[in-house]
Amino acid sequence: MALLEIKDLHVALNDGTEIVRGIDLIVRPGEVHAIMGPNGSGKSTLAYALMGHPSYEISGGDVLLDGESLLPLGADERAQKGLFLAFQYPYAVPGVTVSSFLRSAMNALRKARAGGTDDPIPIPEFRKDLTAAMEHLKVPRELLGRYLNDGFSGGEKKRIEILQMALLRPQIAVLDETDSGLDIDALKTIAGGISDLVGPEMGAIVITHYQRILNYIHPDFVHVFAAGRFVAEGDAELAKKLESEGYDAYLPEGIPGDG
Amino acid sequence: MAKPETDVSQIGREYKYGFHTTDKPTFSTGRGLTREVVETISAQKGEPEWMLERRLQAYEHFLTRPVPTWGGDLSQIDFDSIFYYVKPIENQAGSWEELPPDIKQTWDRLGIPEAEKKYLAGVGAQYESEVVYHKLKEELTNQGVVFLDMDSALREHEEIVREHFGTIIPFRDNKFAALNTAVWSGGSFIYVPPGVRVEMPLQAYFRINAENMGQFERTLIVIDENAFAHYVEGCTAPIYSSDSLHAAVVEIIVKPGGRCRYTTIQNWSTNVYNLVTKRAIAQKNATMEWVDGNLGSKLTMKYPAIWLTGEGAHGEVLSIAFAGPGQHQDTGAKCVHLAPHTTSVITAKSISRGGGRAGYRGLVNVASGARGAKSKVVCDALILDEESRSDTYPTIRVNESDSDVGHEATVSKIGEEQLFYLMSRGLSESEASSMIVSGFVEPITKELPLEYAVEMNRLIQLQMEGSVG
Ligand SMILES: Nc1ncnc2c1ncn2[C@@H]1O[C@H](COP(=O)(O)OP(=O)(O)O)[C@@H](O)[C@H]1O
Ligand SMILES: [Mg+2]
Repeated sequence: MALLEIKDLHVALNDGTEIVRGIDLIVRPGEVHAIMGPNGSGKSTLAYALMGHPSYEISGGDVLLDGESLLPLGADERAQKGLFLAFQYPYAVPGVTVSSFLRSAMNALRKARAGGTDDPIPIPEFRKDLTAAMEHLKVPRELLGRYLNDGFSGGEKKRIEILQMALLRPQIAVLDETDSGLDIDALKTIAGGISDLVGPEMGAIVITHYQRILNYIHPDFVHVFAAGRFVAEGDAELAKKLESEGYDAYLPEGIPGDG
Repeated sequence: MAKPETDVSQIGREYKYGFHTTDKPTFSTGRGLTREVVETISAQKGEPEWMLERRLQAYEHFLTRPVPTWGGDLSQIDFDSIFYYVKPIENQAGSWEELPPDIKQTWDRLGIPEAEKKYLAGVGAQYESEVVYHKLKEELTNQGVVFLDMDSALREHEEIVREHFGTIIPFRDNKFAALNTAVWSGGSFIYVPPGVRVEMPLQAYFRINAENMGQFERTLIVIDENAFAHYVEGCTAPIYSSDSLHAAVVEIIVKPGGRCRYTTIQNWSTNVYNLVTKRAIAQKNATMEWVDGNLGSKLTMKYPAIWLTGEGAHGEVLSIAFAGPGQHQDTGAKCVHLAPHTTSVITAKSISRGGGRAGYRGLVNVASGARGAKSKVVCDALILDEESRSDTYPTIRVNESDSDVGHEATVSKIGEEQLFYLMSRGLSESEASSMIVSGFVEPITKELPLEYAVEMNRLIQLQMEGSVG
């Protein structure tokens, strides 16, 4: 069970431009928080900053996991503590197969959990977990032997992100526009897979531009994000309202939404 | 066990790192090269007159050739301080304790068995899997395959050696081919009769003596019509050698319809100048493949070549070079199209880090009349830090308009984004970088025998651990 606390978080680009301008959020196990906002509002910047991306500077505030600040930690250590980010645009790693990557990632987390000594997952156990997760998320087997995200379609990349999440079993998952690039059937499968993981073991932040995914993952809280801040908060009803009315009503003067 | 006269890798071992041999006498020609040294080598081996003559001609030619200056820096080689021939005594035991600790550590971390470590250190008998070896040898003999060290081949199959020796790489080819021809010792000889396919890779490991590890080894492979063999030379574990100069020559003839693959993984210690001439001739519809990995040495200059002399012949070179601190890998490939419808593919990958320098130097030559020839060169360089360097020197000469020659080159660095992506899954920075590097060389490691591929990836991990703070 893990508690994520984001306290008055400010995130700036290397040139000093502040993109995230004061965010407060508490995510408890079993909760789903939707963060909805127009393109360019800083949603991915927030997600990257939570994970510790070196291109973004924390210009104020703090992020705590179970009371411990994540800010001094690298991305690897944050992952080892149970944080996970499903990327909006996952990167390709040519020459590394999906299956060997998954095993390495699982082993990296196991090693951290074992206090730094190698504790590789036995191959039969790995195969069993992998097969179960793949069937559940309807990931085609042939993707396993392909190079990670290399030449994958948008939808394939998103499936592999969620497959990683299912196998790495994070305590807090941040999903950055996981719905984009998925057709409706894929969206149902993947959203179902995410919902199944939410529970006493995991809380989630679902970042999205559209309401659509929230039909399949019920959000406990909806936060409207514009120009680096939360400008409205509510429950699932707020998401529906946004869908019909658009973001304009929430945008501060002079900052047009482009979608 | 090693035959008494064989282990040339012992040469010079005593003085540099303080190895001392047992009190058994060892024959050596002493430091430096003279006509007498060449004569003595030949006499020690009881060679036929023609070979002595060839050695002496090559020696004279060696003297007249200047040290090449177009590639790596060879100016520090002191030809007078080198032992050109040492005839070691059985199980010549040096002192294990005096091996440089980093080499021992690497072996430990690679999980190299004790017996093999001693072999690699040159302080024990050769590591060999005798059971495998004997079974293999029996099978080969039944098929009519000859697989011997060159010295034995010259004694037992003089005619076939004489017919081919120096025909692919004459001693006039370059200064180091001349040196090799003058003082060669050891190396492998393989003959595969028409239509015979040797499915199991032939490894120098399995041979009964250790001459393949020598300084001036000489290898000759003849693949007869429609025959096939895969020869594997070297190993991924670092080989400790105090010899400063290794100049080998490898000649291969692939007759019509035959196929030969030659895989080398070179990981000499970083004091070694590794200057190797490798050339193959592929006749009608024959296929020649060089898989060449260079991890070790101070300077390697090696450009495996394929002369496509018969119609429809195919050549392929896969090359990886890894240059770490103080290393210069000047490697590449040459494909010469001399007949119609010949095809070649060169894939070269290099990685440089810690101030290392890795380069691709290549030649594609399409002669007039080689109608419909096709060649493709892809060379990719990965540079891991600001101090390191990569160079590309491709030469393309096309004298036939009906041909298709392509060249692509990329230079990249490990992307911060890629690294962040992998680290966000819990991999440390060094684990993430070695994963990216292993992926980068995967097109080549996947062509290696499995155990070599596994060791190669482990070596990359070790190297990356050293490179990331
Ligand atoms: N690494 C970066 N360098 C420069 N500008 C950036 C960088 N990351 C984000 N931005 C800018 O910050 C703003 C927010 O981007 P982003 O966080 O990707 O928004 P969203 O995910 O909500 O679409 C945009 O104007 C974008 O161009
Ligand atoms: Mg975004």
